[in-house]
Amino acid sequence: MKILVTIKRVEDYESKIKVKPDGTWIVTDGVNYRANPFDEIAVEEALRLRDANMPSEVIAVSVGSELSVNEIRSALAMGADKGILVKQAGWVDSDAVARCLQKVIEREKPDLVLMGKQAVDVDDNVTGQLLAEYLGWGQATFASKHESLESAEEKAKKPGVKLAADKASVEVIREIDGGLETLSVKLPAIVTVDLRLNVPRYASLPNIMKAKKKPVEELDPKALGVDVTPKVKVLKVEPPPARAAGIKVPDVAALVQKLHSDAKVI
Amino acid sequence: MAQHLLDLFAIESLWTEEQRLVRDSVRRFARERYAPVLQKAWDDERFPDELVPEIAQLGVLGAQLHGYGCAGMDAAGYGLTMRELEYVDSGLRSFASVQGALCMYPIHAFGSEEQRERFLPRMARGELIGCFGLTEPDSGSDPGSMRTRAKKVDGGYVLDGAKMWITNAPVAGIAVVWAKTGEDASSIRGFLVERGFAGFSTPRMHGKHSLRASWTGEIALEGCFVPDANVLPGVQGLKGPLSCLTQARFGIAWGVLGAALSCFDTAVAYSQERKQFGKPIAGFQLTQQKLVEMASGIINGHLLVNHLSGLKDRGTLTPTQVSLAKRDCVRTAIETARSARTVLGANGIMADYPVMRHAQNLESVLTYEGTHEVHTLALGRAITGVDAFS
Ligand SMILES: Cc1cc2nc3c(=O)[nH]c(=O)nc-3n(C[C@H](O)[C@H](O)[C@H](O)COP(=O)(O)OP(=O)(O)OC[C@H]3O[C@@H](n4cnc5c(N)ncnc54)[C@H](O)[C@@H]3O)c2cc1C
Repeated sequence: MKILVTIKRVEDYESKIKVKPDGTWIVTDGVNYRANPFDEIAVEEALRLRDANMPSEVIAVSVGSELSVNEIRSALAMGADKGILVKQAGWVDSDAVARCLQKVIEREKPDLVLMGKQAVDVDDNVTGQLLAEYLGWGQATFASKHESLESAEEKAKKPGVKLAADKASVEVIREIDGGLETLSVKLPAIVTVDLRLNVPRYASLPNIMKAKKKPVEELDPKALGVDVTPKVKVLKVEPPPARAAGIKVPDVAALVQKLHSDAKVI
Repeated sequence: MAQHLLDLFAIESLWTEEQRLVRDSVRRFARERYAPVLQKAWDDERFPDELVPEIAQLGVLGAQLHGYGCAGMDAAGYGLTMRELEYVDSGLRSFASVQGALCMYPIHAFGSEEQRERFLPRMARGELIGCFGLTEPDSGSDPGSMRTRAKKVDGGYVLDGAKMWITNAPVAGIAVVWAKTGEDASSIRGFLVERGFAGFSTPRMHGKHSLRASWTGEIALEGCFVPDANVLPGVQGLKGPLSCLTQARFGIAWGVLGAALSCFDTAVAYSQERKQFGKPIAGFQLTQQKLVEMASGIINGHLLVNHLSGLKDRGTLTPTQVSLAKRDCVRTAIETARSARTVLGANGIMADYPVMRHAQNLESVLTYEGTHEVHTLALGRAITGVDAFS
């Protein structure tokens, strides 16, 4: 089975994010970067599927500046077999990313594409869906599973996305409002993953050493025939409103009154 | 916006991409998996052994060694590993130091091929925990005065003596024990004493106010027979234990910078939030001076251990250089911890913050692996050519 997994370089959620005074973007000085946490879950799932269905291969793909090779290396250090970087500096919108990935996928012909459901930088939650449309493939978004993250299945690193016996489809449990939905998706397909699918492994030190020797291919969007001119323009970036100071209420009656009249929650 | 100290001095730019991956992976493990169980372990005065399989899985044990299931890391990558472990607790770093530098290293460096294959892969997998027995009740800074004796008999040696203050001893499956086969220090040999050998026991020591999340015990050797196959063939005299200590001290110099960083980060954040006299205490010159002293020590320490890492990779690192780094980095760390404690005021003594725990831990680190004073003498001797030890 050939599995392609996407990995994006994003601002570290532990960094303090500040908006530029002119409101065009965020201040990037002093901000740390890391792999999108949803993508790490996708990498973990890809590795589990590979190991449960040998012989298989996992390819980690990123679209971004040359620095994104760091995030590809982190996927290789977790255990992915090889990497592909579609090198494009600056702001690339989700649609351009989907069209770059389409070209890579047409060339690599994977059986399954695993992606984070969204990237924690701009929270678009569209790349997987756009990609499925461009390829004309089936999709299952927000993959999750029945078992908890403390379960024995999770500890044994069992895949939550299950390959059918005839290897022609995968079964995906989706998180939907108020419950879970089970889908069977014909391969090849796009599956985007949610938070409760797995706990990504820590890259082990020997695997980090081995990752150095794994190949990372660089591709140019132009050579792939993709025009990456953004269709989406960022007009303005604003910080969330500062949290108003709390108030103290004298008794329960006053609290209920406030919840009713001010907060309007009861 | 205030930048993190390490970014302010471009310390991050010293590491390769691979070293950063190592740092991040160990950091995540230590903070996500180890930190949550630490306080309970500290209260119970035990090392959380249940995490050993995960520590081993991460590849931390013997990470600096090549082959036999070890990661084969470069010196700075290994150092960053130690730093990230000790950012959380010195007990965790001590566990890794003892296993990797004091027990696996001598087997790797001085063991026979058969011994390496017999022990190292299991030790890297965390299935066999080691301890290192050098210190005795009456022999600390002067290990040449040790009393433990190994008497040659048919097929092996019979060991008699007692070791004290031995990290990991209560849970160890193997002890690297140093004993004299004759009268003077040149007769010291290394013995691999396995759990189950008759006459070998490891009573636990209780009542520590420091390094509580770490096992400490004694090693009692009462007519303990050790077969010839378990004697380290490659070394004799004090050089054996001392070369292990050089390895471990290198990791300690790196490690304590983690404890220092943890205290520094806590103190900076606290000083920015805590308000007195109508403004954050970070705005008082006396507080800033404390933070700047900590910062200088931490940055100098990083530059020093990074330089030593280059020397280590080139194979020219000397024990004198490591003495200076151990001495200086531990001093920086303990002064940082004590000063950070004052920045936090009364909160500084509480378990809600890591500072007091680090300060307590570092008292052990100041003493073990050569006391601060003994390293002063080693450096004094190297500089003047005059021996002030005795
Ligand atoms: C938590 C912990 C874990 C440990 N783990 C291990 C372990 O795993 N294996 C092991 O073998 N040992 C271990 N040790 C022991 C440690 O290495 C010794 O405590 C250390 O070597 C000092 O020996 P001592 O305690 O006997 O002090 P002493 O040697 O008695 O020293 C007492 C004081 O006298 C000073 N002093 C001694 N000689 C001189 C001199 N010539 N000039 C000036 N000052 C001098 C010392 O610096 C010190 O301040 C551990 C200790 C601790 C606290």
